[in-house]
Amino acid sequence: MSEEYVLQLQHIRKEYPGVVALKDVTLELKAGEILALIGENGAGKSTLIKCCSGAVIPTSGKIIVNGKEFSSMTPQLAAENGIAIIYQEFNNVKELSAAENLFLGRPIKKGIIVDKKAMEVEAAKAFEQLHIKIDPKVLMKNLTVGYQQMVEIAKAIQQNARILIMDEPSAPLTSAEVESMFEVVELLRKQGVSIIYISHRLEEIYRLSDRIVVIRDGEYVKTLITKESQVEELIQLMVGRELTETYPPRGDCIDNNEVVLELKDLTGNGDKNISLKLHKGEILGLGGLVGAGRTELAEMIFGAVPKQSGQMIYKGKEIAPKSPREAIDLGIALVPEDRKRHGAMLGVSIKNNINMPIYERNSHFSVVDAKKEMEIAEKYRENMAIKTPTLHQLVKNLSGGNQQKVILGRWMAANSELIIFDEPTRGIDVGAKYEIYKLMNDLVEKEGKSILMISSEMEELMGMSDRILVLAEGDMTGELRKEEFSQETIMTYASAAANE
Amino acid sequence: MKENKVANIIKSQAIWVVFIVLVLAFTVANPRFITASNLLIMLRQVAVWGIASVGMTFVILLGDIDLATGSIITFVNVLCSYLMVNMGVPMALAIVITLAASTAIGLLNGFMVSTIGIPALIATFATQTAFSGIALILCAGQPINGFTETFKIFGQGKIGPVPVPVIIMILCFVLGAFILNKTYFGRYFYAVGGNIEAARLSGIRTGRVKYLVFALSGFFAGLAGLVLLSRTNSGMGNAGLGYEFKVITCVVLGGVSVSGGYGRMSGVVAGTFIIGALQNGMVLMNLNTWIQDIVLGIVLVLAVGFDCLQKKKQTN
Repeated sequence: MSEEYVLQLQHIRKEYPGVVALKDVTLELKAGEILALIGENGAGKSTLIKCCSGAVIPTSGKIIVNGKEFSSMTPQLAAENGIAIIYQEFNNVKELSAAENLFLGRPIKKGIIVDKKAMEVEAAKAFEQLHIKIDPKVLMKNLTVGYQQMVEIAKAIQQNARILIMDEPSAPLTSAEVESMFEVVELLRKQGVSIIYISHRLEEIYRLSDRIVVIRDGEYVKTLITKESQVEELIQLMVGRELTETYPPRGDCIDNNEVVLELKDLTGNGDKNISLKLHKGEILGLGGLVGAGRTELAEMIFGAVPKQSGQMIYKGKEIAPKSPREAIDLGIALVPEDRKRHGAMLGVSIKNNINMPIYERNSHFSVVDAKKEMEIAEKYRENMAIKTPTLHQLVKNLSGGNQQKVILGRWMAANSELIIFDEPTRGIDVGAKYEIYKLMNDLVEKEGKSILMISSEMEELMGMSDRILVLAEGDMTGELRKEEFSQETIMTYASAAANE
Repeated sequence: MKENKVANIIKSQAIWVVFIVLVLAFTVANPRFITASNLLIMLRQVAVWGIASVGMTFVILLGDIDLATGSIITFVNVLCSYLMVNMGVPMALAIVITLAASTAIGLLNGFMVSTIGIPALIATFATQTAFSGIALILCAGQPINGFTETFKIFGQGKIGPVPVPVIIMILCFVLGAFILNKTYFGRYFYAVGGNIEAARLSGIRTGRVKYLVFALSGFFAGLAGLVLLSRTNSGMGNAGLGYEFKVITCVVLGGVSVSGGYGRMSGVVAGTFIIGALQNGMVLMNLNTWIQDIVLGIVLVLAVGFDCLQKKKQTN
């Protein structure tokens, strides 16, 4: 039985402090097949493939390559056993030629001198084997992303890889490039290479794969034969869970007559022709996959990145904030996704973090009104229930939930009226999540604020939003009213490729 | 969390402990070191670096560096003496013009770093070289002498037993502490130095903040240059040669993190005093200047090394 498998991951478990990333995942790859691995954001796909490359050491479980059993891999072991991974970010040196990149780290030498000629000859052979036309002498930086990817694949094959794992290979490519990549993948299959293909795009999976493995929340769900499966079934398996978490109830507080923010064909920062309306007191959810262009949209509204074309109308007036400062003064706030890098100033006290956007308002001849500063910090410590012995505490010493509350307190202190939440509860534990949700409810219900919420967590998106807009690859692909909410529909819109 | 706080207090006090140990050691080596007159001499010797270190503190707090300090001091020396002696400009006006010029050099650094995006190391290195050249052209390689008696007060005068430069240095330290602790600019410096992107997304105009710190660094270097000119009584084309090294050493020895975001004015005061004690003590011990340079080099490495090891510990 195990004869026909070239790679078996058996009962893989990976624990991180406080989180189980993978629970008992089993995946078996047959010789010469294309096996698709699918799952939602955060389902554990990347962790799983990193176990194959040696980047992640599994807590328990077995990895069997061509009958040889390992408890964990190392990058060398993986290479020796013919496993290669094509990551989304390429491992190349832009200033070197395609041939030199192909032999990066293991150049062909003549004595102590690198034999460029020989490498170019070998590279040409490797490219020919894959039917790709790349001049081995061309510098990497002069190749398109598609060709750079081809060089990566050629490098893997040149190193005798028999098992190729591709992590979202189509994500950075144009549609024409995707076609050529498919051809190469098909060719590799004919040459007997076994491939694990990870993608969000279901139509690619139907086109290429023989079998499909679905994982969800770090758990193995099912293996399907591609020909015998249905798209609906697949989506159901990917998201298929009941809403288990509860969300604090919220009264009806939407003022449909008052549009706080309207976007008309907003284009820029990777987004195309986004139009939407956000009403006063509304929580508008933005769904989609990672990289769908939601954070990019938030950055434009917040003035962190300029728009190219289209209109932003805020409280009836057209705006074009050129910096976060301008957006903040208009009453727009952003609670960023990466709290530690973009949100909180970790080495600065809670008091200063809360007051940061309003110092210039509360200063006389640039001298800070220390009494007012303290009062404001105290007020929002109380309002947001920030747990800390002192407001002089540095924010880096707080838990994720409390850091998020500090950022919220900051925007409340700044009198923001439109608050954009980018993944409001990422990395926050369950108890604190509920508190954040309650605070968000209070904002719209009691304070009359409006919220644009980006979330990749289905439950959160459906549990908190009044309406959901779905983005895919910078395009708006769908809008759902509350009664239309379903994980399947959102997933369908989210994986819809752009119709060009 | 509490331990962290205690450790931080000990860490900041440690600088003063080092200072006291150093004073005791030099006193044992030569009892003359501890006399009031020698300590005042020591303070007068560090005054120029101390004044310039206030501006440098702001720059390093932002995670940048200003290598132009020494050459601004030189330029100021020559410019002010040229204005007063060769052009007959009244002293007060000459001082104002000089300070405006040194601030403008700082703004030029700010423009290159903030608007163009040249790394501060290179931008200020370029200004350093260019302005020492300009200074030499202006004075034609010759010292400029012949100032009024009033001008000598800044560098040579005394109020009671205390030299005027020491008083100016203390005022600068107080002003620096005031800016850092009482104004929103100080809050901004820490925020931008700690995490420039988070600071920008909190509404700080980070570009302007960079302009400001480089301008302030230019201003304080200008002030230091004037005090030096008044003390030496002669405008020379190499007056501030290598001063940036001493000023940077004072600041990082005082615990200001070279990667930005952390540091206090009181630490810089201690750092300046330590450099002063070292320099003065070594002179009393009859060590020649070359050996003094070796010692200062080692001190700089130790200070930055300590900071880096702390950072490493934190990230692990």
